Order: sequence, then structure tokens, then C-alpha cells
Amino acid sequence: MQITLTVNGETRDMDLDPRVTLLDALRDHLRLTGSKKGCDHGQCGACTVLMDGRRVNACLVLAAMAEGAEITTVEGLGRPGSLNPLQQEFVACDGFQCGYCTPGQIMSATGMLAEARDGWPSHVSESLAGPVALTDGEIAERMSGNLCRCAAYPGIRQAISNCAGTSAEAAKEAAE
Amino acid sequence: MTVNFRMDAPQPRLLDQTGQGVIHKPLDRPEGPLKVSGRATYAAETHLPGMAHGVLVTASIARGHVEAIDDSAAHELEGYLGCWNGERFLRNPAQGMAGAAPVQPGDRVDFRGQPIAVVVAETFETARDAARRLRILYSEEDAVTDPAEAEFETKEDADAARAVAEALETAAHRIDATYTTASHAAAAMEPHASIAEWNGDQLTLRSALQMLRFNALELADAMGLERGQVRILSPYVGGGFGSKLGLGPEAVAASMAARDLGRPVRVAMTRQQVFETVLRRSETVQRLRLAADSGGRLTALAHDNRQFQLLGEGFAEPVPQASRFLYAGAARSYRQDLGRMHRTPSGSVRAPGEAVGQLAMEAAMDELADAVGLDPVELRLRNIPDAHPGTGTRFSAHGLEACLIDGAARFGWDRRAGPRARQEGDWLIGMGMAGAARPNMLVPSEARVTLAGDRATVETDMTDIGTGSYAILSQIAAEMLGLPAENVTARLGDTDLPGASGSGGSFGAGSSGSSVFLAAKDLRGQIAALMGAAEDGLTLKDGLARAGNVEKRLADLIAEPIAATAKIEKGEMAKETHQSGYGAHFCEVAVHALTGEIRVRRFEGTFAAGRILNEKTARSQCIGGIVWGIGAALTEELVHDARTGQPVTRDLASYHVPAHADVPQIGVTFLQERDDAANPIQAKGVGELGISGAGAAVLNAVANATGVRLRDYPATPDRVIAALAAAGL
Ligand code: FES
Ligand code: FES
Repeated sequence: MQITLTVNGETRDMDLDPRVTLLDALRDHLRLTGSKKGCDHGQCGACTVLMDGRRVNACLVLAAMAEGAEITTVEGLGRPGSLNPLQQEFVACDGFQCGYCTPGQIMSATGMLAEARDGWPSHVSESLAGPVALTDGEIAERMSGNLCRCAAYPGIRQAISNCAGTSAEAAKEAAE
Repeated sequence: MTVNFRMDAPQPRLLDQTGQGVIHKPLDRPEGPLKVSGRATYAAETHLPGMAHGVLVTASIARGHVEAIDDSAAHELEGYLGCWNGERFLRNPAQGMAGAAPVQPGDRVDFRGQPIAVVVAETFETARDAARRLRILYSEEDAVTDPAEAEFETKEDADAARAVAEALETAAHRIDATYTTASHAAAAMEPHASIAEWNGDQLTLRSALQMLRFNALELADAMGLERGQVRILSPYVGGGFGSKLGLGPEAVAASMAARDLGRPVRVAMTRQQVFETVLRRSETVQRLRLAADSGGRLTALAHDNRQFQLLGEGFAEPVPQASRFLYAGAARSYRQDLGRMHRTPSGSVRAPGEAVGQLAMEAAMDELADAVGLDPVELRLRNIPDAHPGTGTRFSAHGLEACLIDGAARFGWDRRAGPRARQEGDWLIGMGMAGAARPNMLVPSEARVTLAGDRATVETDMTDIGTGSYAILSQIAAEMLGLPAENVTARLGDTDLPGASGSGGSFGAGSSGSSVFLAAKDLRGQIAALMGAAEDGLTLKDGLARAGNVEKRLADLIAEPIAATAKIEKGEMAKETHQSGYGAHFCEVAVHALTGEIRVRRFEGTFAAGRILNEKTARSQCIGGIVWGIGAALTEELVHDARTGQPVTRDLASYHVPAHADVPQIGVTFLQERDDAANPIQAKGVGELGISGAGAAVLNAVANATGVRLRDYPATPDRVIAALAAAGL
């Protein structure tokens, strides 16, 4: 079937088997292998991408369900030589070892920071309303759908925390 | 010409004399930008023209034969290309460093989940559908799948066992406790995958593997080829932890289909297949008996284990490996009962031996500390042996005492209260600690370093499975050649390059690092000759060569590229000394008195592992190990159905690897150490040291928090509640 997606700002037309997942459409058909397949069952988070700005497990979305959607993958954030701030912090904080869960962690963190900015509470939030303070515990809770068997968790959260500060400031400045 | 080096004598500490200052430094991983931008290409991610897609089919019986495979329903699918099985098919991945094909059982089935065929189609979706359409006719045989019915092969030194029994009888204090540990899966985040591509009779395999020098031999043997006909590429590997030491069934499946079809074939295991098919860590039952005098000094130690393996596999988990030398005690005995069962075979999973052995041993030490009435740190300090207690071999650099003292101070161990003495609401708070040790090894490894002007290239078939090989090998060459680290490029993971130790057993950094060091050292000699100076009068720094009052830019001096190849192997030092990394873990937990939930609140580890080549990547290795310890202690349990041998927790939703919320920020400290007996770079492995004892520190903290000792791991809430109830709490 004919499917049109906007991926990292580019319109892509594809002729796909209806069984193709968004993850396989990205990896095998568009050759964007940055999004990883760790389980193909929504259990690891390695395939996390943004769909219309919100994080989803691309292995749980059929490409056909994403018709017309705007998809952002890790390739869309930055490339070597022009990494975005979060990617740079992941490198600086050693927020990875093997690197296989990493694109998912970075995309999930990107989506999570937006959720926090929008005031979405989590299971461990002090209150259901009002601004979210991204403590280590908050970040850990909100990132627990992204497994890392290398267990780079402390570095991952340090990297996110370093960016949470800057993105919160940027949001504040923008508001002012 | 290749420099051949045997580690027969301590070597000068050259890396402390060179002046570039990049060694030890917490430099970023050079491949980091590729990994964080999704541009590092893993095994399944190369797109080859005409590539077909394969899906493995696994056995649904525990024992018997495949009588027939009917794929007529698959033929109805457009794009179905066929089904392969037969003589060359692998039963399971090769054991680490096998260098030859693992069991190729033909139509025989030995365990549930054994790969029995591969189905190939034009697309992954069609192959997956076709695999489900196969009708497989088995002849089934009775199989032992229940540990209670297994037959055991026993290894025991009767004299040693008698000596321990005698010492126990007369001891002032004794512990006799039995612990159980669950079966564990490596569960690397990248599922095992291979792409096979033939060019005439030359086979190129892109695969997720840890030890390419051995894997090339395994592939050649499995396919009936000469070693020269195969090439393996594994530039980036999404985690290994032992699970990718040996060539896997999907590699041979892809190679068979690709040869017949005359086109490349990709086969990636599903996550469930990874759990069913890849070598696991056996469940263990461990009996610890400790005898001590009135001052808490060990007089005897018996560390016995029961574990399981499939027939035809030689590997056994070396459960008491660290217990053999970590603490003193004259009488020592280690009995092993190996049971044979028709379940997924066992093999090396991160820190085979220590990962479960120290979980039990360090818990028993805690119980002994209670019995003697000594602080657990003090008990360990009193039992540090002067030489290997079993063999009398002298130790090389030995940092256990320093780690215990440093870790205790850093953690605030003096604030530890008595059992069940601290409570915050419904949460019981406790502190625990454990010692750590992991033997160091040197494995033959070869590398080539080429210097062109002021840029160098390191080439070896070493892998980087997240361990930091790209970083440390570049740093070693940069330090030796007086270059900024970014002027050195490491090319790894290609069997066309000189053969390395591979990544396993924590020996990768020391072994492959030494080969790079030796090749670069040879280049220093060549540079000195170009300068007309003696090598010991040469200084290399920031791309400048200096000797006496002559100074030249390497960019000018090295008009034509110069290269050196070096190979290291172990020598006399491995016999004359016992080498190990050491460490100490300290942990604080909160245990919910009603729900049994355990939260790790704080964790500090101090380690002494010789020279630390890159503080950033070494630290991540230790954190990774510690988190594996937390997983083994609290959540990880590969459960099999005893009736059928079917792995039950065969996905990441039911096999619980620690997630973000399970892991606090973790403190890691390295002590300054050089191990002159280990290798010419004075470094020891850190990849498995962090796991050794880490889980015991958690469980000892649980005992301190609750006043109750759990001996069946993982300590899941149900077990905690049952233990508290049994104690009347
Ligand atoms: S691959 Fe999608 S969640 Fe694991
Ligand atoms: S970096 Fe290896 S799984 Fe996260």
C-alpha cells in the first residue's frame, strides 16, 4: 500500500506491505537504521521515535497507522560534527557503552523533556499539577521504559539532567 | 616483521614516562558521535543489493528428532524462497574461544528452543509468516527437564573435603548455609544477527560477535571452508556479556541459504529466540561452609555447587573461582555436581564464576561476621591472605585492603546500625558490603600500528562491545607516539586485520592494549633511528620528536608511512604470580516491610585493577557490573517450565533486567595501582570485577535492614515477604 510519512522534515512516499512496522519502514525501507530493534515487542524502548512530537515505540506502530505523521528519528537531531546538545551530553557523560539502546534513550529523553515542559506528572511527581522539577528520581521514572543492558543509566540521567537545565531555561526565556 | 613478546618478566612503566598525558584521561569515546547520531552500523544494518531475509524456526520439543518439515503452506506465499536445515546447522552458539564448530546435531533435537531450520523470503514479513506455516513432524523422546530428575557428575577432592570437615568440627565459629541463584541471560540489547554474503567461494559475514579470531575458525569449520575463505566484520556490537563469544546458529543458517540462493541473506534472532537459544548462566545451588577461630580468622572453607548443562557441552560455571584465593584458610574444598538436563545449554555470561559464586560466598562471610560478632569489613581485613591460600603462589599487585578501607570511608560505613535498627515509615533501612575479585589473564593478541606523518592508525580484529576498545587503543598509541588522541584512528572488528584476543574474560584491554603498546614501542625505535638517536633519549609529544638538541615535527620526519606489528602472549609471570583485580562494594537499601519491595538507595565501589587506561570508560564498565549485581540479587530470573524445559521468562517484560528506576547514581573510585606482572601496560581487566560481590552487598544490606537472611536469589518481593513471615515479622 502507498504510505506517505514526513521523516526528519522530508516527505517520503513508500509502497509497503501493510504488515510493515514503522520501525522496519525506517530501518529497512528508508535505511535509517539509527532506530534500533531490541525486542520488536514494545518492551525495551530501543526503537523510540517521535511521532507528531510525542515518543512512541516504533515497533508497536504499523507504518500504515503513521500515514501523514511527522516522524523524528535520532538521525534528525544531529550528525557527527553537528550533534545537538543532548547528543553532545550523552558523549560527554558516557551515557552509553555499546550504543545500541542509545538512539532510543535520546529520542525518549527528547520526548520526555517536552512532556515535563508541558507539565505532565509522573508516578513519582510530588503533585499532579504545576511545574515538574526534573530530579534524578523523576528522570529515572520517566525513562524506565528504555532499558540499557550496559547499564549506562547514571550517565544517561546525568546527560539528560544537564540538558533539562538548559531546556528549562530556554523555555523560560521563550516565555518571557 | 612482527614483534613477538612473551610476558616473562616485569616491564618498565613506560606509560608513566611518556609525556603526552592522554593515557588514564577520561576522554570521550571516539566512536561516540556515530553512536549518538544513529550512524554506527550494527550487524543487521548493512543494506546489500538483493538481500533476502531469514527467520529461524526453533524446536517445540525437548528431545527427539525432526522427521519431516512440510513447507507446502509456505509455498503459497509470494516471495517465499525456501527452508534450510541439515548437517551444517548449529545446535547452539559455540562456547567462548572454541575455535571450532559447536555441536551440529543434524535432525536431532536436544532442547526446546533449539534452532532447527531457517525460512527465507524476499521480505522479513513474508519470512515470518512462512516460518509460522511450517508443519514440523517430530519423533519425541523422554527428556530430563526437571532439575530434580537430573543425573549428576561429581568432582571432589576427597582429602580436601575431609580436611575441611575436620577443621569445621573444632572451629570456634562455623557457618553452614545453602544459597540458590537463578539462571541468568546475558540479554544484550542487540539481538544476535548475521548477514552472509558470498563472492564465489569467499564468504563475508557481518555479525554480532565478540572474538573474531576464534569466530572465523568456527565459521570455516561449520561451513566446511578453509579459514582463508571467510571474513567476519563486527565493527560495532550491541553488547555481548559472553553471549556473543561464539559463532551463533543464525550465522550458519544465513551462510547456507545465501550460498544456495546466490544472494546475501540476513537472519536476526527474535528476542524470544535469543532467550531460548543463546547460552545462559546455569541456575546454581551453593553450599558454603566456613570455619573460623575466635578472632574470626578462617581456618577452613568449602564452596560446593550444583549446576546444570546439556550433554555434549564442556563448559561448567567456575562457581568458586574467586573463593579459591580471596580469603585465607588452610583447609579448602570445592565440590561440583554437574547435572545433565535437556534445557538450553549453559555458557559464559558476564563474570562466569564470580557473578553467582561471590553472591553466595560474600553473603556467607556476612553471616560469619554476625556469628563472630565482628564488623564485616574487619572480618575481611583479618582474612586477606599473604599468598594464594591454595597454591602458595605470590600475588601480584593486591589492592583488597586498600579498597575496603577507601570504600568504607567514602560510603560512611561507620554510620551502619545494627540489624533492623533503622526505619523510615514502612521502609526498613540497612547497609551492606562485600569484597570483589576477578582474576586477570593475558591472551594472545596482535595489532599493527601505522604512522603517517603525525597521524596514526591502529589495526586489529579486536571488538568494541561497549567496553571502550576504540578509546583505549587510540589512547595507548597516542601516548606512545606523542600525538593528541584525535590524531589516532582505530580500525577494529575485521578479520582481515591482525588477530586479537577478542572481548571476553576481562582480558581484552590488557591483551589487545599490550599488542598496540608493543607495536607503538617498535615505532618509537624506528623514529629514534630516523632521528639518529637512541630510543631511550627520544621524547615524543604533540607531534614533535626530540632527541638531544634536535627537534623535528613528525609530519616532516615521517615522509613515508612506517608500520609495526606486535603480538603478545602470556609467559612466566602467569606462573610466578597470581593476578587479580580487587574491589569493595558498599550499599544502602530500603526494604518495604509490607510489600517486600527492595530499593537500592546508594552504592559505592572502590576498585584496584592496575593502570586505568581511560577513567571514563573504565568507570562505565564498573557501573555496568554493579548494576548486573543488583539485577542478579533482586530481579533477574530465567525460569524454565520443569515439565517441558520451556523457557518461560523469555522476553524483556518477564526477564527483569534493571531499569532506570532500579538504579541510583553510583559512586566508582579507582585506586592508583600498577600491576607489573600483568602485562607491559600494567593494566588489569575491569569488565567483570564490578559484578563480583556487588549483589551480595545488596543482599547483606537487606539482611541488615530486616534482620532476616534471604538465601534464595533473586530476592523478589514474594521471597522477601515469605522470609519476613517465617521470621514472625
Ligand atoms: S524494539 Fe520496540 S520496544 Fe523494543
Ligand atoms: S549502551 Fe548498551 S544497551 Fe545501552
